[in-house]
Amino acid sequence: MDALEVRNLHVAYDRKAVLEQVDMTIPKESLTAIVGPNGAGKSTLIKAVLGMLKRSSGEISILGKPYNPKNRIVGYVPQRGSVDWDFPTNALDVILMGRYGHIGWFKRPSKQDIAMAKEALQKLGMEEYADRQIRQLSGGQQQRVFLARALVQDAEVYFMDEPFVGVDAKTEKAIIDLLRELKQKGKTVIVVHHDLQTVPEYFDHTLLLNRTVIANGPTEEVFTKELLQKTYGGTLAFFTAPGEQRSG
Amino acid sequence: MIQEMWSSLLHQPNTQWVVLSTMLLGIASGVLGSFALLKKQSLIGDAVAHAALPGICIAYLFIGEKQLLILLIGATATGLLATYLIQLITATTRIKKDAAICMVLSVFFGMGIVLLTRITRQADGNKSGLDNFIFGQAAAMTRNDVYTMAGVAGGLILIAFLLFKEWKLLIFDPDFAKNSGLPVGMLETLFSTLLVVTVVIGIQAVGVILMAALLIIPAISARYWTDRLSLMVIIAGGIGACSGIAGALISTISTGLATGPLIVVTAAGCFVVSFTFGIKRGLIQKLTAHRIRTERLKGEGI
Repeated sequence: MDALEVRNLHVAYDRKAVLEQVDMTIPKESLTAIVGPNGAGKSTLIKAVLGMLKRSSGEISILGKPYNPKNRIVGYVPQRGSVDWDFPTNALDVILMGRYGHIGWFKRPSKQDIAMAKEALQKLGMEEYADRQIRQLSGGQQQRVFLARALVQDAEVYFMDEPFVGVDAKTEKAIIDLLRELKQKGKTVIVVHHDLQTVPEYFDHTLLLNRTVIANGPTEEVFTKELLQKTYGGTLAFFTAPGEQRSG
Repeated sequence: MIQEMWSSLLHQPNTQWVVLSTMLLGIASGVLGSFALLKKQSLIGDAVAHAALPGICIAYLFIGEKQLLILLIGATATGLLATYLIQLITATTRIKKDAAICMVLSVFFGMGIVLLTRITRQADGNKSGLDNFIFGQAAAMTRNDVYTMAGVAGGLILIAFLLFKEWKLLIFDPDFAKNSGLPVGMLETLFSTLLVVTVVIGIQAVGVILMAALLIIPAISARYWTDRLSLMVIIAGGIGACSGIAGALISTISTGLATGPLIVVTAAGCFVVSFTFGIKRGLIQKLTAHRIRTERLKGEGI
């Protein structure tokens, strides 16, 4: 059984096709990178899969079942820029939002929910920032808050949209440690990733995307110069494949 | 004047009712207004308020007398129509949202004024009291009007209390809300509808022109005092309540003064105080924080 199966997915904005004929599967217990140039439709793919964008067509199954958010088997980390950080709330409160799907209507978070949120905060080295208004956190800290929020969702498959963008070295390490721990626990993590240099080191499965699937498979098979060239076209000027000397 | 207000408040049941209902109205608009402000829908509130006028007039023309509940249903209908039109224009044309709001607001208000003029020129039209809806006249409210307004305002406060957590997530991060299994579309529609209802119940006391101010000024003021949404909502409700009470009392005892402007002037006073003294982002707090930082730097010899 695969973590994610996408069949015949098409997405269009204003009748302009963004994703065409996406067919792919992503294996369970993998750390998967979704890689492609700007405008390739990486975020669109995640959002269309999770039903945040309208699909023109396509069937999605997650862990063998048609996707339904009410099953709460999917955790989500949106792009950091997608929310208003001036919102009147603090770090712990944002993490608690990850429990809202579990808490149920009209109820307030229980002691157990709060304990979970605090544990997640600690895991990401943020315990001293629990009461901090979220605007007063650094970019890396904000990203860690988002990860902690996904963690308390207690999901099976995680989708993360560019979690490594604009973060400091400490945060990058905290994130990758967390991803590895999730994999070890049998979870699947699917990450939109922009830094080609770190793909082979961080991810065991890679999906190359440019409006449609260019290649999809174990990183060592897919992450080749030819396939990357095919994905990025002429824009891949400064990349050197692993083990190769950079020239010019 | 203060004495006069006290004796009126203590001895006249009518005043007590009017004050109680404007207080509830103030709380409801402070609370709903906080959500609207964070959702960046302040201007929508203004458009809805102006768009309520033609609805009131059409409802009056149909039934031929002033029955508040029916007038408010008319106001809700045109208010909702206006929000729908704004969404439709922004979604299907290249017209930007601010222009769409501006256009819908003025066109609906213009139609309202045309209808209102026609009504007041009818034989017994000027007895209708419909012109009170422009600037608001809390004192002109009958006992039944007061019950209606207080009941609906109470209901709004209750719903906001029950859905607090869901609305918070919906406004902060709608995609994440959807991923958590919340019925995002339903919650959005419910919020827009309740925002329209808040505006509509307020127009008799505050008036269509100024109702948006009672929605937004308490919310903005509250933001200067806290970084927590729950407290912001409570403080905004409090400021709304004070503004409502002050406006209603002053306009009840001094004949001829419209309630709406008095409410808004009181709220604006609260804003100036919050802007200056607010403990989270007020002017004085900012200046002190800046001075402490500079002195610390000096102390470190940098």
